[in-house]
Amino acid sequence: MSENMLEIKNVSKQFVKELDIAAKIANTLGAKNKEERVHAVDDVSFHIGKGEVVGLVGESGCGKSTLGRMVAGILPMTAGDIEIDGNSILADKGKQNKANALKVQMIFQDPFASLNPRMRVEDIIGEAPVVHGLVPASEKSDYVAKVMTKVGLDPEYRRRFPHQFSGGQRQRIGIARALAVQPEFLVCDESIAALDVSIQAQVINLFMDLREELDLTYLFISHDLSVVEHISDRVVIMYLGRIVEIAPTDKLFEKTLHPYSEALLKEVPRIENRGLDYQPISGEIPSPLDPPSGCHFHPRCPYATEKCKSEQPKLKDYGEGRLAACHLIEE
Amino acid sequence: MTDTPILDVQGLETHFFTKDGVAKAIDGVNFTVRKGEIMGLVGESGSGKSVTGFSILGLVDPPGKVVGGKVLFKGEDLLQADDKRMQELRGARISMIFQDPMMTLNPVLRVDTQMIETIQAHEKVDKQTAWQRSRDALAQVGIPSPEERMRAYPHQFSGGMRQRVAIAIALLNKPDLIIADEPTTALDVTIQGQILYETQKLCRETGTAMIWVTHDLAVVAGLADSISVMYAGRVVEQGNINDVLDNPVHPYTLGLLGSVPGHNTRGQRLYQVPGMAPSLFKLPKGCAFQPRCGYATEACQQDQTVTEPVPGRAVRCCHPQVEVSS
Repeated sequence: MSENMLEIKNVSKQFVKELDIAAKIANTLGAKNKEERVHAVDDVSFHIGKGEVVGLVGESGCGKSTLGRMVAGILPMTAGDIEIDGNSILADKGKQNKANALKVQMIFQDPFASLNPRMRVEDIIGEAPVVHGLVPASEKSDYVAKVMTKVGLDPEYRRRFPHQFSGGQRQRIGIARALAVQPEFLVCDESIAALDVSIQAQVINLFMDLREELDLTYLFISHDLSVVEHISDRVVIMYLGRIVEIAPTDKLFEKTLHPYSEALLKEVPRIENRGLDYQPISGEIPSPLDPPSGCHFHPRCPYATEKCKSEQPKLKDYGEGRLAACHLIEE
Repeated sequence: MTDTPILDVQGLETHFFTKDGVAKAIDGVNFTVRKGEIMGLVGESGSGKSVTGFSILGLVDPPGKVVGGKVLFKGEDLLQADDKRMQELRGARISMIFQDPMMTLNPVLRVDTQMIETIQAHEKVDKQTAWQRSRDALAQVGIPSPEERMRAYPHQFSGGMRQRVAIAIALLNKPDLIIADEPTTALDVTIQGQILYETQKLCRETGTAMIWVTHDLAVVAGLADSISVMYAGRVVEQGNINDVLDNPVHPYTLGLLGSVPGHNTRGQRLYQVPGMAPSLFKLPKGCAFQPRCGYATEACQQDQTVTEPVPGRAVRCCHPQVEVSS
């Protein structure tokens, strides 16, 4: 299926805190210390079509960033497989694999932390394409100028250091760095969360322009539903490591299937909503160290039944591209 | 409401004297807050919104200094008050909630110790009563099993719960005014919803006035009664929340509202305010927004006065966009 840019198949990620020596000794003496195991991502599958923008939404600790990092190849996965353009990222290291890895690039949240403060912008953007043989070193400067123009930066500034730029400009440098290796797929992890409102709008517009111009595919990770609604075609909602709902954006904002999505959408502050009587969902996100049994959302869910406490709901297809994991949805 | 305002800020000026020159962080800010009113103070980073909050409480550190204006709290000018008087007021009559609750809470003291301390600093009450009041305050902000949680240390709370504790402490002495500086920015959406809900309820019940400092117009839209929009140390537009959001008059407010993605903007380009906020050391002549403004004319090179182009609205602009937006 080369129609799909990205295919995530039953991917899981666990972080394990192994026992230290004191706990191991205590165990031999009969203590019952156990390894701490966090199921950051738990059996997640979905796909992204070519040229599609998918928003990945969830609250902190739901595993959305971990998933994004696995897709970008920064983190190894514990189980499952990820295919980029039909090729597994687990395949043998080789030329093909390297070319594949270049197709996926990541743009990070903090434009202050993700740029090396001691490198000039020219080197930040130009290093990777030269290393990967996309441009000869002699043409680096011209190439960087071209990429900088593309993201709306003045190429005159290419000898400068990151600290000489404002937050919005720095985020553009991060975008230029990702674009320099001519990727087909961008993973944006909260890429606009740290920016001011008016700068946010500029960067969102830039993402949309680039999509048209370069035919890019995006995985857009964010906690901000109004931004996700604005730019994505489909939305994936995660809760405590699992997907609770996948739906085309317009369908989701018309009507949600999962109670968590419903709650999440209701909480989004909007300019159109004045003098609200907030009716928040109660409780907090449980610790992923010790997630609730059955459906992870049941302790906070107003509709929870006995079944929700014992049995984990499967992600089911409800037609029109909508999937949800909940026992309570009527067919 | 015709009673005297709780807080009346007139011509407040706070400047920072640095070796690079004088930064006018606040340059003539006026606003009033009445009993039970929630005012949203909105602006981008560097617009002076947080410094305004600090100036009211007299918490501006050198090289910053409040150099002019009046802060009338129930008729008393706080800028003339001595340290002793300010100490009586802070935490008792005016309290503040910060963005990061870990900055408010002492990590090595239990929550009950910190709360009882706050009450006893301002009132002569025995420990028992203070403890009970603290417990009630925790319950009031929606913390489950407050009696047990009183004995916990701040690190044993989650981010949202910690912010609730900070709000509970701010409420302990039943203040007349709370200044909240981006209290929900660091929190998740559902937790933010809960905090907004509690805050709104408390203000309605107790009649406490509130200044809600934020960069997020959407939060203010659901919560506040009135709004002041700041740009480069000045309030550029202020008025009733519905009026300002529905019919913004200042070009900056217009631009700001246009750049927020919403229900009806899907797939469209967002309006973007061109350029970026100017450095406070190199403010443009006249109206600070003029280089980024699509309506700028010769007249914008002059200092702008505050006018009232629509009833109940104060706008600092010489060509308010009244007919465009209405």
